[in-house]
Amino acid sequence: MAEQVVGAGGLAVTAHASELPLRRSEDIVRMRQAVRAETIALGFGLVDQTKMVTAASELGRNAILHGGGGRVEVAHVAAGTRRGLRLVFIDQGPGIEDIPRAMQDGFTTGTGLGLGLGGARRLVNEFQIESTPGKGTRVMIVRWR
Amino acid sequence: MDRIPILKMGRYLLVTIQVDMHDQLAMQLQEDLTARISRDSAAGVLIDISSLDVVDSFIGRMLANIAAMARVLDADTVVTGMRPAVAITLVELGLALEGVHTALNVERGMTLLHEKVAARGG
Repeated sequence: MAEQVVGAGGLAVTAHASELPLRRSEDIVRMRQAVRAETIALGFGLVDQTKMVTAASELGRNAILHGGGGRVEVAHVAAGTRRGLRLVFIDQGPGIEDIPRAMQDGFTTGTGLGLGLGGARRLVNEFQIESTPGKGTRVMIVRWR
Repeated sequence: MDRIPILKMGRYLLVTIQVDMHDQLAMQLQEDLTARISRDSAAGVLIDISSLDVVDSFIGRMLANIAAMARVLDADTVVTGMRPAVAITLVELGLALEGVHTALNVERGMTLLHEKVAARGG
């Protein structure tokens, strides 16, 4: 039996926990490719793969542009018979003062379209954000197979 | 530095994006294309994205920007070959690419570009 660690939300981490750096925009490309490979390994259909990779791209860019860089933790998770992919984006940037406002489409502090957070949430099944002003932001997403 | 090649064919500029672009590469393409539209007096731009398996808001915005800048420079833009999974994801993301002309493949894209340019009396 695979080693299981129960994390936040009662999800069992089943395998392949890994970590990727998010420092430069090239890291986003590398992360997209890694996330794509994991969704394929989990047997995601093409549309589900594309949604998860796109959500990862949005959140990875947020961590770099707004969080001053960080990392993403990648893990296969299970809940009952469901299997899925979990990504946790962590940065030590300035944090987000008003999360509900930051989740709205059109909200932007910089050069983007402001679709990052709200858009990413629509592309995944589970979305959790925690942020402490001055300390950083942690965004967890899961997409089930 | 990496660059996406821009090909000139008559009065049109052709770009096929065949690599997973990082953000600087996308910005560079935007700059290069607008410079070339002006320098070559191009009437139209065709961008084929059939190799792209992901278009996120950044790349989507780049495509919309290119179309808008081309319009100001008196040129039409057609984006071709978007994969169905990419289209579904883009719309769900909230990016409908309004103002960007699209066609299923390069052949139809060229036909559309001819029509657009002819309709403007070009």
